[in-house]
Amino acid sequence: MPKAKILDLNDFSEQRKQQASIICSSLFFQRGKKKILSNISITIPKTGISVIMGPNGAGKSVLLRTIIGLLKPDSGHVILNPEFAGKTALVFQRPVLIRRTVYGNLHHALGIAGVPRRQRKSRIEELIAIGGLAGLENHPARSLSGGEQQRLQMVRTLSSNPKLILLDEPSASLDPQSTHAIEEIIKSTSDKNVKLVLVTHDIGQAKRLADDVTFIHKGKILEQNSSPDYFNSPSTPEVKSYLEGDLLV
Amino acid sequence: MNTLTEAFLQSFQLMITLDETLVEVVLLSLSVTFKAVSLACLIGLPLGTALAVLKFPGQKTLVVLFNSFMGLPPVVVGLVVYLILSANGPLGPLGLLYTPTAMIIAQTILVTPIIVAHSRQIIVLLAEEYDETLRSMQASRMDIMGTLLWDSRFSLFTTVLAGLGRAFSEVGAVMIVGGNINHFTRIMTTAIALQTSRGDLALALGLGIILLVLTISINALAYGLKTTWEKHSYA
Repeated sequence: MPKAKILDLNDFSEQRKQQASIICSSLFFQRGKKKILSNISITIPKTGISVIMGPNGAGKSVLLRTIIGLLKPDSGHVILNPEFAGKTALVFQRPVLIRRTVYGNLHHALGIAGVPRRQRKSRIEELIAIGGLAGLENHPARSLSGGEQQRLQMVRTLSSNPKLILLDEPSASLDPQSTHAIEEIIKSTSDKNVKLVLVTHDIGQAKRLADDVTFIHKGKILEQNSSPDYFNSPSTPEVKSYLEGDLLV
Repeated sequence: MNTLTEAFLQSFQLMITLDETLVEVVLLSLSVTFKAVSLACLIGLPLGTALAVLKFPGQKTLVVLFNSFMGLPPVVVGLVVYLILSANGPLGPLGLLYTPTAMIIAQTILVTPIIVAHSRQIIVLLAEEYDETLRSMQASRMDIMGTLLWDSRFSLFTTVLAGLGRAFSEVGAVMIVGGNINHFTRIMTTAIALQTSRGDLALALGLGIILLVLTISINALAYGLKTTWEKHSYA
């Protein structure tokens, strides 16, 4: 995987150095003639849950993939705080589970994370408990329901003890019960001082989880604010319209 | 018609009585084929996986070459191996010419491209599916290749069967490098060719029937195993 450039702290102010988990600097990403990310510069705080919102096609998922290094920007840099280097993980909107059991998926992930074989069983038991997947250990992962698959993906992500997790609409198209379960995992993970960056266009979810919110529209950042300010006094007409449920085109 | 009926009857008699010559030839055929296919798998599966996963200069050329080598003419392979193993060849001092080892080498060369090309094709599809997930898990290339090989194992079974089919039916290369020596390097295909030219149709037909039955049995067994395993797999 292409590595994000590690934060060169000397390039930034003292305050920014201490507070940033990720700094995106003048990111451009284009596919054909369509500009997907257009001069994105953003500092994502080091703690809490940062939410990235925006309508479909705004560039949220591309930004997330660029941050973690799955996509290479046409220009610009993604700069990762050294504290998070090598300790990042991504939760996809549609989980791709490998063709093994629930137990096998976690065992495989722990193997990649370098967890010694003898420690894996107890760690798997912990992860199964976190994901509420008890009794499903020997089920083929791909036969689980959508919510169970997403929970498995979430706990599989936790297997490498990441310090920074990026989540790309993890509860999109899930029922309320499954969404609640996912949000509980997100909250409990955040409580353990893991930095989370969540992409969603579920306004309710953002209200429930966000410490700060960034709004993207047509590949540009229109607003970044603390959660109360974002929801109570949006500073741009686009965000205001979006929060009122209007369609942004 | 009478000759054919007679040949059939005699061949069944040879099979029922477990004729010593017949059994010897069959066992050697199985031994050479399985060893060659095992070697080809050891070489071809990792190579096919690497070609599916790694990007390097000349990768596409290698893919085209391996695809082309699936149709290698056995007699040409036999000739090349003969030249290498013959007394004046680079490996002449090893004294491998006209031994079962020489036959295994020739068959391995014939089967390996089949394993490489087919396995690459199978694994490249799974690699596309797993790509982002494994990269986001920061899996090493070895981790990625190991995961893909293991998770493709049922599909790769078909590749191994294709290799077995090629090795079982091969006659040209093993005839050249094995020499079709009685009680030493004579296998089913070379024996069939020889007995037919001699007019001993009973033995040739008996061997032919056994070759067919073995091929069908191995394929049926493999299919059965694959189906059973897939039921317990997690695709």
